[in-house]
Amino acid sequence: MENIQDSQWPIWEVFIQSQPGTPYKHAGSVHGPDKVIAMQNARDTYFRRNEGTSIWIVPSEAIVASNPDEADMFFDPSNDKAYRHPTFYTMPEGALNI
Amino acid sequence: MTHQEALLTYTLRLADNPLILGHRLGEWCSKAPILEEDLAITNMALDMIGRAEALLRYAAEIENEGRTEDDLAYKRAERKFYNHLLIEQPNGDFAYTIARQLFNSAFEFYYYSELMNSKDETLAAIASKSIKEIKYHLKHASDWTKRLGDGTDESKQRMQAAINDLWMYTGELFESDEIEDNLSTIGIAPDASALKGAWKTYITDLLSEAKLQIPEDAYMQTGSRDGIHTEHLGFILADMQYLQRAYPEAKW
Repeated sequence: MENIQDSQWPIWEVFIQSQPGTPYKHAGSVHGPDKVIAMQNARDTYFRRNEGTSIWIVPSEAIVASNPDEADMFFDPSNDKAYRHPTFYTMPEGALNI
Repeated sequence: MTHQEALLTYTLRLADNPLILGHRLGEWCSKAPILEEDLAITNMALDMIGRAEALLRYAAEIENEGRTEDDLAYKRAERKFYNHLLIEQPNGDFAYTIARQLFNSAFEFYYYSELMNSKDETLAAIASKSIKEIKYHLKHASDWTKRLGDGTDESKQRMQAAINDLWMYTGELFESDEIEDNLSTIGIAPDASALKGAWKTYITDLLSEAKLQIPEDAYMQTGSRDGIHTEHLGFILADMQYLQRAYPEAKW
């Protein structure tokens, strides 16, 4: 990753859970000198309008991202594997939410 | 003084603290040290304005003369404002704002914890709603006090200066007068003087953790219960009330 100089505090990625039991979703990022202040900043930045019930924050440098240069090797092989989608059976009559 | 007049005065005292502090904190908008802090401080300003609105609406209801919460906020004269002197002190630097927040939020935490048990149902309900916000404000101010006090030489020096400068306005928080004493007797108002010990312990422990000195109790400035203010309140009101004074009944 490029080393872009940031004169501010370390960056933290913020994940929010909209309701108990649902997956955490990436909401964005905040600055914070340590995890306590970063957590407050996450709350103040992303939880102002009743967005959810739980927050995770993760130091951005702890996130390992896939390499865009390897995208063809990583992702293209799954493009033509239609049989991996569970669509090759008939739905039982009356079952609406499988 | 009738009970109605006493309850009105008391409710205005409760309302004016969040009203004026909301405006003070709002002055940080776009000027905070970092974007996230800008949002944090203005969030707290909105918490304050929301609480002030609920309390002023109740005050207008008690008064029962057809005035609204807006009339009480925008058309009252300085001598009729009863917020604590601490509240109206200027924002200063970030440390100054944090010190003001710390002293006030710690006071509000103990005060509103009691007010939740008020025999006045409206005040009790407003207190129950506010206490969650107050807990967060106290945590925010406490965490920052520790970091500034135990941070760099400059942050420590600024935080200590703010604590020292604002100390003289903390005595007033625990005062009362005949109005409040009477309302305490009938279970409506908390007895502020009884909360001083808990407040002092919290502040002493926190400042010691933050490696800051607790100031000696010396001269304490007072006057807000009678509407006597420092020179700073007039400037806030000039800003806040300008529109309604210049264009009465203006709506937007």
